Amino acid sequence: MATMEMRKDLFADERDDNLNVIGKGVQRQDMPGHVTARTRFFDDHAFDGMLHLKVVRSPHHHARIRAIDTSAAERAPGVKRVLRGADVPVNKNTLLSLINFGKDDEPSLAVSKVSYKGEPVVAILADSEAQALAACKLVRIDYDPLPAVFDVEETLKPGAPVVNETYPGNYFEYHERFDHQKLRFGDVERGFAGADIVMEHRYQMSPIEHAPTETNGSIAAPEQNGRYLVHSCAQGLFFALGTTAKIVDVESNQLHFIGGTVGGGFGGKVDSLTEPLAVLGAMLTGRPVRFVLDREEEMLYGSPRGAERIYIKDGLMRDGRIVARHIRSYFDAGAYTRLSSYAAIKCTAHVPGPYWIPNVASDIYVSYTNRCPSTAMRGFGVTAVDFALEVQMDRLAEAANMDPMELRILNAYRDGDMKPHRRAAKNTALVECVQVAAEKANWPLSEQAKRASSLIGGGAGERSQIPATQLDARGQIGRPDSRNGPVTQVLPAGTSRIAPSKQPVMEGARDGRATPTQVPRYEPQRPAAPPPPPAYQPAPPPYQPASSYSPPPAPPAPPPPVAPAQPQHGAVRFSSVFGTRRR
Amino acid sequence: MAKLPLQFRLNGSDRATFVDPASNLLDTLRRGLGDFGPKYGCGQGTCGVCTVLVDGEPQLACLTLAVSCEGRQIETTSGMADGPNLHPLQDAFMDHFAAQCGFCTPGMLTAARALLAKNPQPSREEVVEAISGNICRCTGYEPIIAAILAAANAPGARRA
Ligand code: FES
Ligand code: FES
Repeated sequence: MATMEMRKDLFADERDDNLNVIGKGVQRQDMPGHVTARTRFFDDHAFDGMLHLKVVRSPHHHARIRAIDTSAAERAPGVKRVLRGADVPVNKNTLLSLINFGKDDEPSLAVSKVSYKGEPVVAILADSEAQALAACKLVRIDYDPLPAVFDVEETLKPGAPVVNETYPGNYFEYHERFDHQKLRFGDVERGFAGADIVMEHRYQMSPIEHAPTETNGSIAAPEQNGRYLVHSCAQGLFFALGTTAKIVDVESNQLHFIGGTVGGGFGGKVDSLTEPLAVLGAMLTGRPVRFVLDREEEMLYGSPRGAERIYIKDGLMRDGRIVARHIRSYFDAGAYTRLSSYAAIKCTAHVPGPYWIPNVASDIYVSYTNRCPSTAMRGFGVTAVDFALEVQMDRLAEAANMDPMELRILNAYRDGDMKPHRRAAKNTALVECVQVAAEKANWPLSEQAKRASSLIGGGAGERSQIPATQLDARGQIGRPDSRNGPVTQVLPAGTSRIAPSKQPVMEGARDGRATPTQVPRYEPQRPAAPPPPPAYQPAPPPYQPASSYSPPPAPPAPPPPVAPAQPQHGAVRFSSVFGTRRR
Repeated sequence: MAKLPLQFRLNGSDRATFVDPASNLLDTLRRGLGDFGPKYGCGQGTCGVCTVLVDGEPQLACLTLAVSCEGRQIETTSGMADGPNLHPLQDAFMDHFAAQCGFCTPGMLTAARALLAKNPQPSREEVVEAISGNICRCTGYEPIIAAILAAANAPGARRA
């Protein structure tokens, strides 16, 4: 068994107890079940009289539905019930509505139009899978094909076909009006003007199918007490329960979800693709209903990782310092939102990568296209931009004629550095990671790079400051259409529009156990409880920044809360959609 | 459709059932006889999670007509342990972290079992070849290969 080492020299202030598990082999509690085939996955359950559900999917990328004729299918052998959009109690949902984020935009069964190839329109419940499949072929749907759009930038242009009527601009609306997520720190244009080299590159990702070995599916069965038992493959069991309860319009205590054994998920089993229709089928027929995607459906219509298009423009000095970085990215949501709105927020939180850069701007869009809706997949929103950023770093190293490892050490965040998100970096370790990687790879580093440390040089001078932020003619931090307008205002240094100080979601105690606290809300800006130096103090700054930006002004008035206080929900993990993740 | 009677030995016990002439062995084992050891991953012979032994030979149950198994010996992972005593392959899979989600594990164990029954001291290449019809989306295969090689060298490994 490979051993792992806890680098206490790097993480000395992180935990002071002695870890007694890392480096030792510990038997997983689910392993005996796996090797004896006693683990019960969702499909490993038998029910008498079980019906099989199959859906009829759209053959078109984009089309109006003129008429649906299910009469022949209803008379087919073994068919017990046919479901259409009108049978679904709440036939419009968006996954993150459970935490009040975004508008309901996706039907369980399409009614008047289909927006991607493979969108479910009709569901058939029959005694056997073969009978359900045979009856699917008998459903007649009259379509009127519409022009389709597949490109994340084309779809945002005027006159592009409207993919998703809930969002007629073909972009997800942040705070119900903004077409993208924005981040501004300092003045990138000024940074580019002063740079020795300015470089822009475009990066295009592909959608990626999770391809779990077990396909998506569930079995729903009526219990005798008015409740429904659901064996589910869901990665987020209670998320699936909440989503199903909403769509079939029952109290959540009428649903008894059993799961936890997921035959490979990787993010592709958070969309509740099958549970709502399986439960609805069980409610309407009184029989157990099994809805399982076959392999072809899983590969074609099980939502993939969303493809992203990323533009990175960097201003670089000859000595290797990055002085400005502008990132523009388009996240391909496919036809419906699902979790893409959250991916763009994660992406925004992740830029500009683990580097201290004095001028940063980013604009992250969620675009709707006539593709299969995309969803979560292992670091979605972050993985792709990381790929782009690190390829860009190699290109910068080449341009500066510098070793790529040393370029990273030179630009790495160090403890105390102010991030564009208006928080001080802490527990940084990129410098050490690069040093260790170089050593293991026998990669020669200069003495200077070897001596560098995450604990040295961070937060010095302008590195701890929030620089002035440029505003456009309308007093905004720069809409794309006003970017070329004259600068009329400057958001004073040391301030931000979104209050940076929020309660932590989880407060890690010194013994390493986390004490959950309440899900926080936006609050007006106020000084953070003083953390140990050299942490960030809002205003006044401890010393004059050694920068060329506007001088620090008088302490600003606290900006108003930018989002209404959210009611409490259990989904702490997703709280970062409100920007309230800890530190 | 008229059903046909079918008898075979499953993990050492005589079993009898009725099947549609078109039923495959996978559905018959899972839905007919309640042995959920073999899994459904593709139904088209590409993933290997349905692998079972038919008269000692590894076969994809999803592509095997049930009626072709009349009178055969079928073995699945459900019958691999000897009471409370795990097969050396099962022990080795546990020790080498050779399962993550566990969905490919029954098929992997069956493929490995067939290999060791014929070739008790396989080379790494022979192990890789033996499990080349089994997809694992989680582990990256290395722990599985290590587990099979370790089991081959463990006492008692020759027990089929
Ligand atoms: S289910 Fe038989 S090979 Fe995939
Ligand atoms: S352990 Fe998940 S597929 Fe192999």
